[in-house]
Amino acid sequence: MNRWGAAARPPLDRLLVREKDNTAESELFFRRVLIMVCAVFVGLLAVSGRLVYLQVLNHDRFTTLSESNRVRIQPLPPTRGFIYDRRGVLLADNLASYHLEVTPDQTRDLEGTLAVIKSRIALSDLDVDRFRKLARRTPPYTGVPLRFQLTDDEIALLAIDLYRLPGVDIKADLPRRYLVKSLGVHAIGYVGRIDETEMSKLDPGQYSGSTHIGKTGVERSYEDLLRGRAGYEQVETNAEGRPLRVLNRTAPTPGQHLHLSLDIRLQAVAEKALEGHNGAIVAIDPRNGEVLALASQPVYDPNPFVNGIEFSAYRKLNTSKDRPLLNRALRGVYPPGSTIKPLMALTGLQYGVVNRASGVFCAGVYRLPGASRKFRDWKRSGHGAVSLDRAISQSCDVYFYDLAVKLGIDRTKAFLDKFSLGRPTGIDLPGEKGALLPSPQWKQKVHKQDWFPGDTVSAGIGQGFFLATPLQLAHSTAVISQHGKVFLPRVVHATEDPGTRVKNRVEPRSAGTIEVKNPRFWDAIIGGMIHVVEGGTAHKIRSPRYRIAGKTGTAQVFTLGQNQSYNARRLAKHLLDHALFVAFAPVEDPRIAVAVIAEHGGGGSATAAPLARRVMDAYLLDQYDDKLDAGLKLVPEVQRDGLE
Amino acid sequence: MDWNNGRRVLGLIKLDWPLLLGLLAVSGLGLVVLYSAGQRNMDLVLGQAMRLGLGFAIMLVLAQIPPSHIRFWSPWLYLAGLLLLVAVMVVGDISKGAQRWLDLGVVRFQPSEIMKLAVPMMMAWFFADKALPPRWLPLLAGALITVIPFILIAEQPDLGTALVVGWAGAVALFLAGLNWFIIIGLAAVLAAVVPLFWTFVMHDYQRQRVWTFLDPESDPLGTGYHIIQSKIAIGSGGIYGKGWLNGTQSHLDFLPEGSTDFIFAAFSEEFGLVGGCVLLAMYFFIIARCLYMATRAPNTYGRLLSGSLTLIFFIYAFVNSGMVSGLLPVVGLPLPLFSYGGTSLVTIMAGFGMLMSVHSHRRNLTR
Repeated sequence: MNRWGAAARPPLDRLLVREKDNTAESELFFRRVLIMVCAVFVGLLAVSGRLVYLQVLNHDRFTTLSESNRVRIQPLPPTRGFIYDRRGVLLADNLASYHLEVTPDQTRDLEGTLAVIKSRIALSDLDVDRFRKLARRTPPYTGVPLRFQLTDDEIALLAIDLYRLPGVDIKADLPRRYLVKSLGVHAIGYVGRIDETEMSKLDPGQYSGSTHIGKTGVERSYEDLLRGRAGYEQVETNAEGRPLRVLNRTAPTPGQHLHLSLDIRLQAVAEKALEGHNGAIVAIDPRNGEVLALASQPVYDPNPFVNGIEFSAYRKLNTSKDRPLLNRALRGVYPPGSTIKPLMALTGLQYGVVNRASGVFCAGVYRLPGASRKFRDWKRSGHGAVSLDRAISQSCDVYFYDLAVKLGIDRTKAFLDKFSLGRPTGIDLPGEKGALLPSPQWKQKVHKQDWFPGDTVSAGIGQGFFLATPLQLAHSTAVISQHGKVFLPRVVHATEDPGTRVKNRVEPRSAGTIEVKNPRFWDAIIGGMIHVVEGGTAHKIRSPRYRIAGKTGTAQVFTLGQNQSYNARRLAKHLLDHALFVAFAPVEDPRIAVAVIAEHGGGGSATAAPLARRVMDAYLLDQYDDKLDAGLKLVPEVQRDGLE
Repeated sequence: MDWNNGRRVLGLIKLDWPLLLGLLAVSGLGLVVLYSAGQRNMDLVLGQAMRLGLGFAIMLVLAQIPPSHIRFWSPWLYLAGLLLLVAVMVVGDISKGAQRWLDLGVVRFQPSEIMKLAVPMMMAWFFADKALPPRWLPLLAGALITVIPFILIAEQPDLGTALVVGWAGAVALFLAGLNWFIIIGLAAVLAAVVPLFWTFVMHDYQRQRVWTFLDPESDPLGTGYHIIQSKIAIGSGGIYGKGWLNGTQSHLDFLPEGSTDFIFAAFSEEFGLVGGCVLLAMYFFIIARCLYMATRAPNTYGRLLSGSLTLIFFIYAFVNSGMVSGLLPVVGLPLPLFSYGGTSLVTIMAGFGMLMSVHSHRRNLTR
């Protein structure tokens, strides 16, 4: 038997199948068990040794840490990146301020503590209510903010008494500040306190110490970039939990600055133009998809949301019938009305159901073969003989009723889908709606009804079930101006590293090109759109300085009876038609595409078209309101090289 | 029933008194510590006492079953466990949720828990009729019996349980008389492969994760916080401890998981080095007693099963106390008979039941 276990055997045995030998195996097992007993002993001895190391050799150090001082890991939240407009105008930053924080567990008597604070500084019932609400949903050993934006005097008053008030702290923070107030709020969005549902989805390590998160707009869609990465420090604290000494520190990484493609001056022009209407204006640079202005009226000031808006104020915003919180540019869905006609014409050309030379005779009314229901033209007397060009420029409904019926809804849907109608465009903002490009399948599913031929007729002029967002209309107009080249719309133009101040351009996101059978089809519909402004329904906005291609639209809200006539003066405002206008300019080298929707604005040519003209004038002719500039303190921070 | 009659009945019950007393002593101490660590929550203590009662009942029932029965069922239990592990994987894949549990409608149930018993049983069953020390082919088969469930459990991912299962198999091979040349050879190959793997195969982020695993204090916002606080709790306890109910670290909520995985820290804070060493000595007594029982087993099956089950108990105690004191990386294994809750308590007690069965039935078998 050798020393390590294997029993010595006769050599021959190695070649044969061995028999089991219980005695030998029992002895082998016994030796192995002895080894394991030694291993177990050594293992447990090592743990005991470790206990000696901790409890005897380092006892004093750990006692100090445990009893007189405590080590806490304090997260260091990163600084949120700033937001600039495309020229470097600062839109959102963080303003250093102090707030008062109370840790309920550490106060000896919470009510008494609150009373003492109230005797020193101004403390409204609102502050106390908010404090109690927040305190209820956080563990009692965490600090809860009581009063924001302490003044220097208040800090001095409190500082004297702080030693008598355990659990009360003055904390520095950097709350978000929106310098331009309500301007561009629907694009920029706002941050707010992290709520419980958000908390459950977040990475707790990254958000420890962070109290705010982007709720809407780019604040939300670029949250990860803007936030940065949390750091932490190991601090020794005294028995009351006040930090005494920093042992170890890992600095946080600040968030990236964002440069929007928005020009805040143009944004101001657009919002100003829309004033008095509910509606939206979206302006896009068709050459790269950059959104130049994204206005939705009415607006609201995002600043109160940062530290928790008062309930009554929020309710007022939320229940107002004008719905200021609704981002109409992305989430407002409207019948596109006649603004869809250029695309319908293109679809007709693509499938060969019309051509540039053929015409239709418009007698002011259209009937489906074998049916008695009349589909009326907006011009009761009719347009007479209409070609494709005139059908667009005069917005002849009968031409497009006929065209839609010849196309059928399936082909229409298949082709218009390429222009992001009926589906989100993919803009870098949250909550965009896809609106609706109807189909028989959709109607069967939602309304449990068959698709009637009349539904196709209405869809031909952008009515019926057809719905689109202002963003979709601006986007599809931009695509037309580029003869089918598609760029996804986006509001962020560049990111900037706050340390090195190096800017990184966000490259345009191309989504390919929409192919048509004959490239001249584009010229055909654009020609019609030019004639809309030059002698057509929008002739009043013709500019002597540049050429515009556009299309008016008037979307019916109120369906008239078969024999009634529309009289704006006799209808209540909320029954008036929506006014729409889409356009791009200059025709020769398009640099801006605009969509305007004024809810219940009446007619597209009278109400919406002039608003688009003001936006295009401002952008193309650099006509900005100096007073507006000065009033909003839109002083460019620093003009930096490299980018526009 | 007179006194003699009572003794006779007691004599018929198959169990091992020294082991039973050792287990009762540790469990009792555990309840006392739990009362303090659980912030004097009596419900917690009562719940744990019920669970312990159930564990002891299972142990006593299993101790009455002859080892030949246990041996007969070994491969079937193992196969069933494997199938359930695969089922959990498939179901988990579908639900995209946690992959450890199998919902049987009434009870949710962790198949990997079965494997802690089934792997030692299967290894013992497999080597029971093979000549030992094993030749190459049985050796390879034995390794496969361990590696398959190990991989399935590690994939869940449940590192703690995978470790226990892998250890049970490795120990069974060692006790079966695995040749020293093979052991040394394997160690050498491992030593050579790991650095190569580290340098050429792993990505940076994977290396980072291994580092955090080996050195949790580099991640003080995550697992490192536990270890830092746990070390303060133990260290501040000193030689004699702060006394029962006087631990500040655990009572002021600095110590996370103070009544579950980190109960050893709460215990050491209050009972000091003396208490810690007494507890470790009690564990050593239980392990030594069980290994002694293993050497007295009449056949290979009994020996391997007993030895392997005992060392499972050891790995729980060792890894947990080592982790809590900052000696070993953080692996989520409870301190046996001490930590609150845990389905593993039942498994461990079932293991002791089988040990007692093997030991107390040895005279009934022909050698």
